[in-house]
Amino acid sequence: MVDNLLLLFNAPILSAQLLVDGILIGAIFALAAYGMALVWGVMDIINIAQGEFVMLGGYVTFFLAAAGVHPLYTVPVAAAALYLLGWALYRTVVFRVVDKDMFISILATFGISIFLQQLANQLFQADVRTAESGLGSFFLADGLIVVSQIKVVSFICALILGATLFLFLKRSRLGQAIRATAQNARAARIMGVNTDRVFSTTFALNAAICGAAGSLVVMTWLVHPYLGLAYTLRAFMIVTVAGLGNMASVLLASLGLGAVENFAGFLLGTEYQAAFVFSLLVAILVWRNALLSRQRKYLK
Amino acid sequence: MTNTTRNLLLYTLICLISLLAPHLAPAFRVQMALLWMMILFALTWDLGGGQMGYNSFGNIVFFGIGCYVAAVVQRDLFFAVEGQSQATGDLATSSPLFNYFNGLAVGLALAVIIAVAVAAGLGSGILGLRGQYFAICTLGVGIAAGEIASGWGYIGAGSGMVAPIFPGGPGQNATFFYYFFFALAVTCFFTLKRLYASRFGLAINAIRDDEDKAEAMGIHTTRYKTIAWCISAVFLALAGGAFGHLNNFIDREVAFPGITFGVWMVLMAILGGKGTLWGPVIGATIFHATQELFWTYLLGWQRVALGLLIVVIVVFFPLGIMGWLRSRWPERFGETVDLEARAAPISLGETR
Amino acid sequence: MVKMLKNPRWAVLGAVALVLAAVGPASPKVEGDTIIFGAAVSLTGKYSTNGKNTQDGYELGVKRINEMGGVRVGGKYYRIKVLYYDDESTPARGAQLAERLINQDGVKFMLGPYSSGVTKAIAPVTEKYKIPHVEGNGAARELFTQGYKYLFAVLSTSDYYLRDAVNLAAEVAKQQGRDPKSLKIAMAFENDPFSLDVRDGVVEDAKRWGMQIVIDDKLPTEINDMAATLTKVKALKPDILVVSGHARGATLAVRQVSDMKIEVPMLAVTHCDAARVAETLSKAAEYTLCAAQWDRSLNYKDKWFGTAEEYAKRFEKEFNYAPPYQAAESTAALLVYIDAFERAGSFDIEKVREAIAKTDVMTFYGPVKFDATGKNTAKPMVLYQIQNGDYKVVAPTKVAEGKLIHPIPPWSKR
Repeated sequence: MVDNLLLLFNAPILSAQLLVDGILIGAIFALAAYGMALVWGVMDIINIAQGEFVMLGGYVTFFLAAAGVHPLYTVPVAAAALYLLGWALYRTVVFRVVDKDMFISILATFGISIFLQQLANQLFQADVRTAESGLGSFFLADGLIVVSQIKVVSFICALILGATLFLFLKRSRLGQAIRATAQNARAARIMGVNTDRVFSTTFALNAAICGAAGSLVVMTWLVHPYLGLAYTLRAFMIVTVAGLGNMASVLLASLGLGAVENFAGFLLGTEYQAAFVFSLLVAILVWRNALLSRQRKYLK
Repeated sequence: MTNTTRNLLLYTLICLISLLAPHLAPAFRVQMALLWMMILFALTWDLGGGQMGYNSFGNIVFFGIGCYVAAVVQRDLFFAVEGQSQATGDLATSSPLFNYFNGLAVGLALAVIIAVAVAAGLGSGILGLRGQYFAICTLGVGIAAGEIASGWGYIGAGSGMVAPIFPGGPGQNATFFYYFFFALAVTCFFTLKRLYASRFGLAINAIRDDEDKAEAMGIHTTRYKTIAWCISAVFLALAGGAFGHLNNFIDREVAFPGITFGVWMVLMAILGGKGTLWGPVIGATIFHATQELFWTYLLGWQRVALGLLIVVIVVFFPLGIMGWLRSRWPERFGETVDLEARAAPISLGETR
Repeated sequence: MVKMLKNPRWAVLGAVALVLAAVGPASPKVEGDTIIFGAAVSLTGKYSTNGKNTQDGYELGVKRINEMGGVRVGGKYYRIKVLYYDDESTPARGAQLAERLINQDGVKFMLGPYSSGVTKAIAPVTEKYKIPHVEGNGAARELFTQGYKYLFAVLSTSDYYLRDAVNLAAEVAKQQGRDPKSLKIAMAFENDPFSLDVRDGVVEDAKRWGMQIVIDDKLPTEINDMAATLTKVKALKPDILVVSGHARGATLAVRQVSDMKIEVPMLAVTHCDAARVAETLSKAAEYTLCAAQWDRSLNYKDKWFGTAEEYAKRFEKEFNYAPPYQAAESTAALLVYIDAFERAGSFDIEKVREAIAKTDVMTFYGPVKFDATGKNTAKPMVLYQIQNGDYKVVAPTKVAEGKLIHPIPPWSKR
């Protein structure tokens, strides 16, 4: 660990490489996290199947690419396919748990996640799959920093989607209905909002964003049926830290997490990367609770 | 028949069947031993999740600690002597002190101590969290513990470690651990039964129903929460230590199976009916049986079926079998106003 | 009875009855005129790609042997069959399934699962029950230091996977007039029994040559990104980068080295044929060195399948993909049994075990001869290099089809 630190001091440019890579990795997390924040905020459901949506989006791109379509064009297709899947899942399962205890919805979506993941294993085999975007890399600072272009594409997608989502929620009629439902579902219903439609749209929208993320994942790294959990957990962490309401803070927290993870992997060795991240989650939650309980004391 | 005699009859019958089971169906000893372990899982989870309202995904940590501590004690204190063959479990030394069973006993004792210490330490930090934040936090703890175990060279890191093999003939270890898990589960059941009938039970139920009010009424909520968690830890550490020995091989996935055992214990309790004494027992039995059926007849597709089963369970039986029975035939539960009837969480299905 | 229903506790009794029904009757399935083998394979979970290769390997062996009329034991011909369970890539499940195969299904001859971890969990069980266990996919050295008497492996232990790469680098350095001591090695190994054992082999040989290990990272099993490790590689400019992490590790390493344009003179990985990196990553995979237990180009031959190439063709016809060595190993494990049965002339377990221990047979997969600890010492590993999208054997020199291209040309010239 010490020598890794020394390495960073000797070659500060490495920090820049780590930071850039980390942030670009974080952009993918952001895509998974937007939807989770949306579903959590609007429907009060923590969707454990989030990562499986990412995984399935990846497979859509993989199969289309194998059929000869350029992978970059398949991003919207993956999103559309997952939109349909999300809608179908809402109509069959999720609407039954939407007004139940949150714990029930966690377990129900956990069941969906196992189902999708194992179905993917049976139908698509467990082989590791990739798709070639055909993009190259950017060289910065005399080639000391290398940034692969597909990661930049992901980053831009994350920014654009975040902004679109923000505008959609703020401006559009449906977005307003979604926000009204999030604030108070019952009141919204009384005011004539079709909350059922809001819920189904929200859930489907979430799946669609994840599908786009998956499509980018298969072009940047790889996809296999058991990919999901990593994204679910990270999305979860990000939303816990960033809060539900604000897409900008979700984006920031995602990029931050990506960077922190990359630095932790570098400094502590990759074997402790996950341990560090999850210990960090526990620490953040406990710290947050300590802050809250201090506030409670004042109230008393 | 009065209630008491009927209960007595029931208990005797179950005990009798269970004691004879390994002789009636010797080929299924391991599965039956694991059935008792599953029952224990569901019971200990329900203590926190059902009775106290603290839904934990991280109880598996104590199981893992038990696994590793007991195995390390065997390896380093009892089988470290030169010339002892782990492969057969025979000891080269003639010392009567250093044998498998003493090693197991010491290992389990140490496992319990460490697990309780961890439970108390962790508890002081995270038991203050409420609702889903507690659930997520425990999930994080479970995963982090597994990751740390897989990076730590002393306990075999990613390579895992081989626990000493049970001395004696083939299949004897299955019988031994069958009775071990049976005794453990029964002890756990009656301990919890006793506890739920006491002031302690009332206190943790009060915490579940409204923690702030409970605190206002003068209940030391933190103390009760920590004690409840420690009790879970004791039983889980014992189960873990025994499971590691039964399995002979321990690595991160054996010791910290968060997405299998860790989630199953929750599912089993919910399937049976959380917040009841018998619910987890029934839930675990049915779940384990279904699971074994899937494994035997749905080669490769068993997990797909399991996912569907989970969805069906939580969507259609959110109150569990006990809750379903209760809402179906309330008068029958009305007749015998007993613990589980009172403890069934009615609030579960309410809209927010 | 209705009264009893009032008390839902009786449901427990019902549930117990359900369990007994679920586990069903135990039927000993030993002989008849079919020999039944048992195997736990990973059909789901993280090893399911290779788990399927393992199963396909066994199935091809079964099909071929039955086609040829079966096994002749004591003057009578027997057909063979393998009973499978899915271990979900977890050791705990593997151990339980071994117990189930032996106790409930009455299996007397075990074939191995995929991965060292699961084999480690199953070996104590077969040892306890004194059931022969011939495997082709558990390569960790620790399996052969426990004193197991019933465990036999047809493969080279995992520490040999990348030793050749290290030695090759040292030899090339010598030829170029460089001291092997000056070579720097970067290592990234998945944190699992197999890869850690591969790592031990590399460390031993690197020490022998006096090379310097500059990076020693362990990849988590849920690996999804290697940027952190590769950034180190970029900074420290090692002469060799060795990576082992099953199919996933191979794909990630090759892909990200190319994405991040990491310049390293030698990149050696395991499992790249199972991951099919040459096919899926095309140019990015060029010049990568891959360790393998077997290759179809090798000059081995037997009476069951003919040459290695003929085996590969038969396999392709049956399963529509080229056989990775994991499949070949599995078939070879089955052949060891067939050979042993014929020599033992009986199904007596001890006699069969004796016969297996004395195995000295040539197969399409290579020579099989077990040492006292049960591992196959007769068969060497091979090292491929991906050249023009093809896997070309470059080491050992005796069987090489092509010449090693070293160092890997810089990215600007590729």
